[in-house]
Amino acid sequence: MSETRERILADIRNSLGRGRLDATVDTELRARIARHRRNLVPGRATALDGQGRVELFITMAEEVQATVTRVSSPTAVPEAVARYLAAENLPAELVMAPDPGLEKIPWSTWPLLRIRRGRAEPEDRVSVTPCHAAIAETGTLMLVSGAQAPTTLNFLPETHIVLVRADQVVATYEDGWDRLRIGKAPEVLPRAVNFITGPSRTADIEQHIELGAHGPRRLHIVLVENGQATRSEENEQYSAPAGR
Amino acid sequence: MLATSRNFETAARAGLANDNLQRALGLARTGFPLRRRLAVERLPEFEALREAGRSIKDHTLQHLDFYLEFYEGQVIASGGKVHWARTSQEACAAVLQICRSAGAKVVTKGKSMVAEEVGLNDFLEANGITPVETDLGEYIIQLRHEPPSHIIAPAIHLVKEQVADTFRAEHRSLDPDRPLFEPRQMCDEARAVLRPRFLAADVGITGANFLVAETGSSIIVTNEGNGDLTQTLPRIHIVMTSIEKLVPTFEDAATLLRLLARSATGQEFSSYTTISTGPRRSDDLDGPEQYHVVLLDNGRSAMIGTEFQDMLRCIRCSACMNHCPVYAAVGGHAYGWVYPGPMGAVLTPSLIGIEEAGHLPNASTFCGRCESVCPVKIPLPKMMRHWREREYAKKLSPPVYRSGLSVWAWVARRPALYHSFAEIASRVLGWAGGGRGRFRALPLAAGWTRVRDMAAPEGRSFHSLWEQRMKSGAGR
Amino acid sequence: MHVALFVTCLVDLFRPTVGFAAVKLLEDAGCTVEVPRRQTCCGQPAYNSGDRADAKGIALQVFDAFAGYDYVVAPSGSCAGMLRVHYPELFTDDPENLPRAQELAGRSWELVSFLVDVCGMQAVAVQWDRRATYHDACSGLRELEVKLQPRQLLATIAGLTLEELPGAEVCCGFGGTFCIKYPEISDKMVTDKAVDITATGAEAVLAGDLGCLLNMAGKLYRQGRQVEVRHVAEVLAGMTGVPSIGAPR
Repeated sequence: MSETRERILADIRNSLGRGRLDATVDTELRARIARHRRNLVPGRATALDGQGRVELFITMAEEVQATVTRVSSPTAVPEAVARYLAAENLPAELVMAPDPGLEKIPWSTWPLLRIRRGRAEPEDRVSVTPCHAAIAETGTLMLVSGAQAPTTLNFLPETHIVLVRADQVVATYEDGWDRLRIGKAPEVLPRAVNFITGPSRTADIEQHIELGAHGPRRLHIVLVENGQATRSEENEQYSAPAGR
Repeated sequence: MLATSRNFETAARAGLANDNLQRALGLARTGFPLRRRLAVERLPEFEALREAGRSIKDHTLQHLDFYLEFYEGQVIASGGKVHWARTSQEACAAVLQICRSAGAKVVTKGKSMVAEEVGLNDFLEANGITPVETDLGEYIIQLRHEPPSHIIAPAIHLVKEQVADTFRAEHRSLDPDRPLFEPRQMCDEARAVLRPRFLAADVGITGANFLVAETGSSIIVTNEGNGDLTQTLPRIHIVMTSIEKLVPTFEDAATLLRLLARSATGQEFSSYTTISTGPRRSDDLDGPEQYHVVLLDNGRSAMIGTEFQDMLRCIRCSACMNHCPVYAAVGGHAYGWVYPGPMGAVLTPSLIGIEEAGHLPNASTFCGRCESVCPVKIPLPKMMRHWREREYAKKLSPPVYRSGLSVWAWVARRPALYHSFAEIASRVLGWAGGGRGRFRALPLAAGWTRVRDMAAPEGRSFHSLWEQRMKSGAGR
Repeated sequence: MHVALFVTCLVDLFRPTVGFAAVKLLEDAGCTVEVPRRQTCCGQPAYNSGDRADAKGIALQVFDAFAGYDYVVAPSGSCAGMLRVHYPELFTDDPENLPRAQELAGRSWELVSFLVDVCGMQAVAVQWDRRATYHDACSGLRELEVKLQPRQLLATIAGLTLEELPGAEVCCGFGGTFCIKYPEISDKMVTDKAVDITATGAEAVLAGDLGCLLNMAGKLYRQGRQVEVRHVAEVLAGMTGVPSIGAPR
């Protein structure tokens, strides 16, 4: 196998008309990677302030058939989730990411909701997860995997509910990724980073768009507008994915 | 996959005569360009992003050996394994070996054109392993034993009645009287039928739209969620991909991702864009235990440094074929292999040889619409022309065209002779056209006059009339 | 401005009216026009068939024939594109002749874009009572960005209403040798084009390339559709008294 590897690399170098890159170029390329400079970033969301980003995020998310409920504080979340499920005629049963930030929400104030923590099982119909960031430019949710955020919650159940805090709404994908890089060695990442834009869909039959192909048919966002754009220790903990 | 590109002419004729195909293509022909145009209009920086995308890909290709080695190091550091494959056989063997080590019986698949290229499904079946396609379009054509006709919408050649017929024939345990008239019903049925297959799979195989060197990650871009279920649920995840998918950093991937969905379907972003790095972590509650990348060459390294290198920038968006009037006329199967349309016309001869794929770069008017919508500015008509040059040099074009061309060129380099012939021809044809002004039939031009009239020349050549005017001093 | 007319082989053989229309328009714009005798073809058929050697041979002849003029103007986007875009590519590996190719490319123009963008022509004093539609020939559109200019001038014709053609930018299926090598595919493309043209209800269809026009006219007549097919130059020059392409005489 390593012989094949050497052969392919040699073929590439041969095609480029050179041997191995010399140390200077090698160093330069490594530096380019380490700098991970942004290329041109569209201005759609970057000029907006916090509130503007939130409005854009909601507009773009609704455009792709995500639904959004806005609440003013975490204490209003349980009721918002319960009312959503009732309106969709879904049982008040859900599987939730075992995330410490989610635990701070007073779920017990709405005992009708039956909540299990863990990864998704085939029978689960509704999941609730946090997000790592919400990207305003296209109404995209950024979710990262970890012990406190199993990926199956994002794909197995038919209904996926995501809690977003206003201060998690960033302008661009690069902004979201930078939040992932903070405090971690650059090469160590969660196993999966999902950028989710609306529910699952397909247009494979006669170009008709149908929602709920294999992933969730419904994507519901509960946006908590806590009025604070600042990030605190607590907020970090709420959104930080588990490391290795 | 077995290539039938030699049969392009026959297959094209069959496509033109296929009513279902023509109906299906009619839907796609106007839909895709409109949606792309709306998405592009909405993003003022789109043109600048095309240039940035081109730049990123060119830079990576110029240093591909470095980036591949760096990428591999990062895959290993995150707990994954890279299997290098020069040929289709080596790629299939690598997958088989992984499956055998894991005792795998059932494999789910997200859409992968590289897997089609190497004929993976047939190979696995021949070795006692069942591959289950999960992308709705791929699933439908798997049931029908057909190859894909488009790189992102594999079943685009079908109308819904054909899908319904296939489901009725293959999903035999379901109530035969169930309604299957609308795409909604067929989607729901596919969802229900495939869910247990996802859950039972031992191995999940996906492709990769991009590979990120910085982090050793693979990126899949989907709308259905099948790719994510395929790579999350089974014990083993295999990424079937090729060497030119590499980009240096996430920021580079983000730039290309902004181009991809807009160019493909006119979406701002796909429903699911997933960056995967290695197997599950020790405290993860889900995810595969093993993460393997099969890196295929299959002729790509030989394209570097040639006039076809730019083709390796391709991000498999399908904009070119969505805007191509030839693809819209004959459909994807006519091209006879994995990659249809303009990108297929350029890439296929590189991978399977110009002798086999000769028709593909010839069946083009060079209208240039493909190049104008390519998100990474690949000069597709120019490269098709280079293939024609290679064919000409190898004398692969039909002798009647070669000799006709030689005669034409010989005369064109002798202006006096040329002008005499032109004057004679315009007089003769002008006279033969008579008062009617056109021909319904013309010897030597049967290809034209079988389906069109041919306007008669006005009766004198321009040069002879001009000379006459100059002599008489008129018009001054 | 001293202009040399690049006649094009199709105009020379099939429709000199287009050549005379071009001359008239150029003279109206204040140019002196000559027609170099030693011109035949731009070499596109050879070039697009992969025969670079013959294409180069023809190009060298073009360099000689058109030396010394301020501008070279062709009533065809595909021929002008050959001179302007492809000749430099053809001589990429020929350092001796590349400068000649580049020099010629810099002064070669498609007719209507030359009139508007170089001569500053803004209107024509012509009357033509028609509802017409316009097909954007591919080379002119994509290689030379000819799009607005013909529409700008046509808009100044008294009595003329211009309908936009749905799919105006979609290829008509001519493609030079393509229509001979892949006649069924070409037929499908021109059939679709004829459907689009007919759907506008226009009485006439115009374009800037004679290959496209012969193709579209041929199909429209075969289908028995009453649509007048003309080159945009002959309309702008007020030469609409001449029978249209394929029409009885």
